[in-house]
Amino acid sequence: MKAAIILFPGINRERDMALALARVTGRKPQMLWHRDTALPAGLDLVVLPGGFSYGDYLRCGAMAAQSPIMQAVKAHAARGGHVLGVCNGFQMLTEAGLLPGALLRNASLRFLSMDCQMKVERADTAFTNRFQRGQVFRATMAHGDGNYFADDATLDRLEGEGLVALRYATPQGEVTAAANRNGSARSIAGVLSPNLRVLGLMPHPENQVDPLIDGTDGLPLFESLAENFAAA
Amino acid sequence: MKALVTVMPKTGVLDPQGKAIGHALAGLGFAGVGEVRAGKVIELELAETDPAKARAAAEEMARKLLANTVIESFSVSLA
Repeated sequence: MKAAIILFPGINRERDMALALARVTGRKPQMLWHRDTALPAGLDLVVLPGGFSYGDYLRCGAMAAQSPIMQAVKAHAARGGHVLGVCNGFQMLTEAGLLPGALLRNASLRFLSMDCQMKVERADTAFTNRFQRGQVFRATMAHGDGNYFADDATLDRLEGEGLVALRYATPQGEVTAAANRNGSARSIAGVLSPNLRVLGLMPHPENQVDPLIDGTDGLPLFESLAENFAAA
Repeated sequence: MKALVTVMPKTGVLDPQGKAIGHALAGLGFAGVGEVRAGKVIELELAETDPAKARAAAEEMARKLLANTVIESFSVSLA
């Protein structure tokens, strides 16, 4: 798998993401700068990492969505390329119009730095093949603006077309209000594009990829990608 | 010419910040305050001198960047 991570000023999770990708592919992903205007040829996966790009000025991800590299990322997505956005990366994807909806301030108004559990709603995508449908896995959330919002018509469409990838749930897999710490609409934690090749999620699966450091709950996501692009 | 772009959370979009301000006002003893909503104002210094063109330009900027129309509405006033 040929993967690249885009670096923006103010992001801080690119190294964890690089380690997670290197772990499953055996090679380091390329690091690209936000001012670059082209992606390397033959790229399988573009990753928009977490952090606080441009200091969250105006709205989280709003500035990053306008940066030069994003035109190339949009073209990559339009060609059917895969894109993963985590945390701030998810916010960038919605601001860039690559995924519907928006991420609002957490309903509690508090920055949430804690573990959460996510239920896998789609296990038949390049991002989730190594999970079982209905499986619950643990990931760390660290965000102030992770409250997924879209109007009812958009939410109905997402559900109808099976584009909700992940939902906040209890460890037993029940989707409850208490398990939905940031107040997301319909407990949505991760959203897919209609071709299932763009995934945005708020929690950080790259936190849990090493058995020596907080377990490997997030590893199947990266293994799914590596498996999907094993030939590449 | 100056343009003021006022960006507000859309009706129906949760505004926890506005709610918190409302609670704080009640705590300070201000009675009779209904719903409180918090937005932002962006002031633009424009070279354009024609009001209609300045307004159109500011509205275009709001649609493309200053507001996220999924969650926010905006209005433009000129000064």
